[in-house]
Amino acid sequence: MTQVAEAPVTPPPIRDERVGRKSLLARLLARPEAGALVGAIVIYIFFFIIAPPFRSAASFSSVLYVTSTYGLMATPVALLMIGGEFDLSAGVSVTSAALCASLFSYEFTTNVWVGVLVGLALALFIGFLNGWIVVKTGIPSFLVTLGTFFMLQGLNIALTQTITNQVASPDISTLQGFNSAREVFSGSFTVGGVNIRTSVIYWIVFCAIATYILLRTRIGNWIFSVGGSAPSARAVGVPVGKMKIGLFMAVGFMAWFTGMHTLFLFNTIQSGQGVGNEFVYIIAAVVGGCLLTGGYGSAVGAAIGALIFGMVNQGIVYAGWNPDWFQFFVGLLLLGAILLNTFIRRRAEAAA
Amino acid sequence: MFRSRKRAIGIALFMILPLVLAACSSTGGKKAAQAAAAGGTSVAAGHANTPHYTIAMITHAAPGDTFWDIIRAGATAAAAKDNITLKYSNNDDPTQQAQLIQDAINSHVNGIAVTDPDPQAICPSIQKARAAGIPVVMFNAGVTTWQQCGGMEYFGQDESIAGVAAGKRLATAGAKNVLCVLQAQGQVQLEARCAGVQQGLGSEGTMSKLYVNGTDSSAVLSSITAELTRNKSIDAVITLGAPIALIAIQAIAAAHSTTKLYTFDTNAAEIAKIKSGAVQWAVDQQPYLQGYLSVDSLWLYLTNANVIGGGQTVLTGPSFIDSSNIAQVAAYAERGTR
Repeated sequence: MTQVAEAPVTPPPIRDERVGRKSLLARLLARPEAGALVGAIVIYIFFFIIAPPFRSAASFSSVLYVTSTYGLMATPVALLMIGGEFDLSAGVSVTSAALCASLFSYEFTTNVWVGVLVGLALALFIGFLNGWIVVKTGIPSFLVTLGTFFMLQGLNIALTQTITNQVASPDISTLQGFNSAREVFSGSFTVGGVNIRTSVIYWIVFCAIATYILLRTRIGNWIFSVGGSAPSARAVGVPVGKMKIGLFMAVGFMAWFTGMHTLFLFNTIQSGQGVGNEFVYIIAAVVGGCLLTGGYGSAVGAAIGALIFGMVNQGIVYAGWNPDWFQFFVGLLLLGAILLNTFIRRRAEAAA
Repeated sequence: MFRSRKRAIGIALFMILPLVLAACSSTGGKKAAQAAAAGGTSVAAGHANTPHYTIAMITHAAPGDTFWDIIRAGATAAAAKDNITLKYSNNDDPTQQAQLIQDAINSHVNGIAVTDPDPQAICPSIQKARAAGIPVVMFNAGVTTWQQCGGMEYFGQDESIAGVAAGKRLATAGAKNVLCVLQAQGQVQLEARCAGVQQGLGSEGTMSKLYVNGTDSSAVLSSITAELTRNKSIDAVITLGAPIALIAIQAIAAAHSTTKLYTFDTNAAEIAKIKSGAVQWAVDQQPYLQGYLSVDSLWLYLTNANVIGGGQTVLTGPSFIDSSNIAQVAAYAERGTR
């Protein structure tokens, strides 16, 4: 509103636009996640109108569930992308962590919590290794993690086959500690007759933590600066290497968490799982406003991006469209969301 | 700082160690499985004194699909009996699979057992192998084109026939609205099954299809739940693979649906669910038999010039695993041969 009042016919007096006050709307639209938010609302309304089953609370709980399985991973992947790196091994790391936990506790007949901790150690190690190689060699993370992606995919299948003589992990539901682990990682509760899985809550909590770190802490500033320009960040004393390794390990941590969720929900893990999901995480982050070049983005945006992906995936089923066209519509709606996102950001930048 | 942190990690690890040792589970796990297996025996049928041969088995198995474990178990058992070294390889990309066949030709194996999900890509390589004087038997996929491709024998199930048989049984069970869940898009054998189900149902009921992402269990769970929520009239779900059936059980519960569940193919975990009644029955194409016969028929040809089937497909299915024969099959499934 101030802008309208200030719009003069003659050029304004010389004034630094960096200290000018912007309207609340302009400031909101300038946020990285603004475009995604509008896209999510449009897609929600779209399916709300065309797909009657989509309107029920139970259906939306199902949408939120599938969103949370993507969102849990999209959160650290977004942080990593803001920090200027990719992790293509994120999808299969989930399977690696779950297989490791499951096979360890089965083979040694331990309490499943021991396997859970071993899985955590492995997932953190994978993250560390990715980060360490990227930092030490300076090779783009796209290539390094492409390598680890294939290696992990191969290890998942080969080790599972070698250890169990089959390609899926054995059922661990009879081991001690299974029930408590299931409660923790894959529980659910009922609110007003609607069943909600705890992964939805975890997703929101982790997203809030990531947002707090990004916007309110020194580490958050460092993440932005590392992704914006690593040499400048290093020049002002930011520990660039440690930051990047830490971000990769954050991806590893969440891969472990997501893997545990999958393991305890389904009792067994198929060794070929997870391939392709790395792109879903990256898509969620990008739809949510992360730049592929780093230095810009938000965790909330990634959550909204995951929500868009989840709504599209489920909405198409609820709408009962011809299943032959499923993939096409997923792509079309995502492309639409990205275009809308870009359009809004340009408008916001032009208005600013 | 650094030194003390290292020490802290060391101490932490040291403290975890006794925890690990003390944390053994007294139920389930490998110990229980071994104790159970101690009583049973595996499939073994002596050892042939025929010359040693090397046979390549090349399949289109997708990474991590439990179905192929049973095929491999059969092939391995036959190879052990027949004094054969089995070289197993797989790739779900047809052009890559054709390359694997070429690799087998180049390494002068004595025989090749191959699946053919895509005749355009695979057949030329099979013909090359025959031209190089290597006997080729085919199994599992390629039932309509194996003769033209130059295979000597074929062991498998006609997916259409299997689908029709399943559809007929569904009709008998009174299913009116059947949901056919496909775990991949654009695979001929999966489409043939669903089409067969529709044909078998005839005018008794209708069938709709649902594609799910078979490499993401959570996505499979949500998609089936969504479809069951959308279409409340579905009274029968038929999945095309054992792992998908196991997820469908959870989806049916999540959607508060009363639909009955049926499936193609089996694994040990799913057999247990047939026993418990969560899955009504499974269409069984006897993958163990496919793997076993493929290797054994090559051995018969190499040692005695026998050819099975008289130029016709040797059908290994469909047979059904249901409450009538589950007790017998369950024991075999435990050891991974059914």
